[in-house]
Amino acid sequence: MRHLMAALYKEALLQWRGRAQLIAVLVFGATALLLFSFAVGPNSELLRPIAPGFLWLALLLSSTLTLAESYQAEMEHKALEGQLLLPASHGALYLGKALANWLQLVVLGTALIPIMVVLYDAALPRPLALIGVIALGSAGLSAPGTLYAAMTHQARSRQTLLPLLLFPLVVPVLIAAVKATSLLMLGDPMGQVRAWVVLLIGFDAIHWSLCGLLFGRVVED
Amino acid sequence: MDAHQKAGFLDEGKSGRGFVFVGIGVTLLLVGSYIGLFKAPAETFMGEVYRILYVHVPTAWNTMLVFTWAFACALTFLIKGSWKWDSRHEAAVEVGVVLAGLVCIQGSIWAKPTWGVWWDWDPRLTTTAVMFFGFAGILALRKFVDDPHKRAVWSAVATIITYVDVPIVYFSVRWWNSLHQIQSSPNTVSAPFLIPLRTNAFGVLFLWIGLTMLRSRVAAMRLKSELAPPLPEPAAAPASYAPEAAR
Repeated sequence: MRHLMAALYKEALLQWRGRAQLIAVLVFGATALLLFSFAVGPNSELLRPIAPGFLWLALLLSSTLTLAESYQAEMEHKALEGQLLLPASHGALYLGKALANWLQLVVLGTALIPIMVVLYDAALPRPLALIGVIALGSAGLSAPGTLYAAMTHQARSRQTLLPLLLFPLVVPVLIAAVKATSLLMLGDPMGQVRAWVVLLIGFDAIHWSLCGLLFGRVVED
Repeated sequence: MDAHQKAGFLDEGKSGRGFVFVGIGVTLLLVGSYIGLFKAPAETFMGEVYRILYVHVPTAWNTMLVFTWAFACALTFLIKGSWKWDSRHEAAVEVGVVLAGLVCIQGSIWAKPTWGVWWDWDPRLTTTAVMFFGFAGILALRKFVDDPHKRAVWSAVATIITYVDVPIVYFSVRWWNSLHQIQSSPNTVSAPFLIPLRTNAFGVLFLWIGLTMLRSRVAAMRLKSELAPPLPEPAAAPASYAPEAAR
């Protein structure tokens, strides 16, 4: 636990010092939201029902940037190898990184909500529940994303490889998160949100445990 | 036992068995397709169009099987660390991606006249597409990593995660309305339809077993050349051949 907190502190400190990067990714996400609306046209009647899908697509595209970036600092002076020599479990290192990535994505997703509301004229009846869904969905992105970024940052054409591996894998997260978000924003007469949230929790549980188990094998030399 | 076998390499000496399996598979597929195309009666509702199911359904069954085999190979490699399982894993993923691509193409050809669209976002189709892209990504990963050991471990990890993901996608989209029919069983399929279906199912089975055997042999040979120790330095050249600068 102490190791986990130390790893998390290190990641959070790194992110705080490189906060310009988070702002740049946020601007990227906002630009993506703006561009998506051009694909549909200026009709807010059309835009409103698909706003949740666009929000998640923007977050998914931004996540590949933050995930890839999270290993950038480890590349310099073989920092990752230094960490692996520490008497800490690989699981703690993985969880620290994945939790830091998760926090970053939650901040990003929450910051994208007002932009979506303004651009797509979307209603926001339950903002806190929406942030909860963003937290669960981001957890589903950051767990496999952190593991795959650990592989791809050492490979050739890593910019192509990470989305190529990650996107098919997170299809269930995307389906469940978009469904839950639209039900929260457009009304839920049948009370279906709970089923999609349960699916998100299930996916998170499977992937956080599985990726935590396999991370040791990925970083070992 | 030579040094290669000790290191867990695939014994890539024989390719005869692979060709035998491919031969049996092709023969069964020819017989099954002949019965399916010319002997089996037309279906009541779909007419002649349904005959593509004699290759589509067997391919779909075997796609699941070959990915299950890939998962088993990946898991065994991570546990045992033996190189032959990496070769088998590489072969299984590659053959599986080809089969999954074929399933999508055959399904689209069938769906256009029957459903009126090439593609529909139904659970079965979505799962197959996710499987295809997921495992195609693993093939790309293998291509972009040069270190054989890292390549083997990473692709095995990716296969395990992708394979676990497929059932989740399947269940997650089950709550949507499905256009694709549920599984048929011998009770719901009459005998004249069943014979070509089963023949082709075994045909595709033998074909992929043969193809993975041949492909893992190729993978093993490549791996051996990658892991081979570098050639020794050439012996010192005779004085008369020494370059000008050395004199």
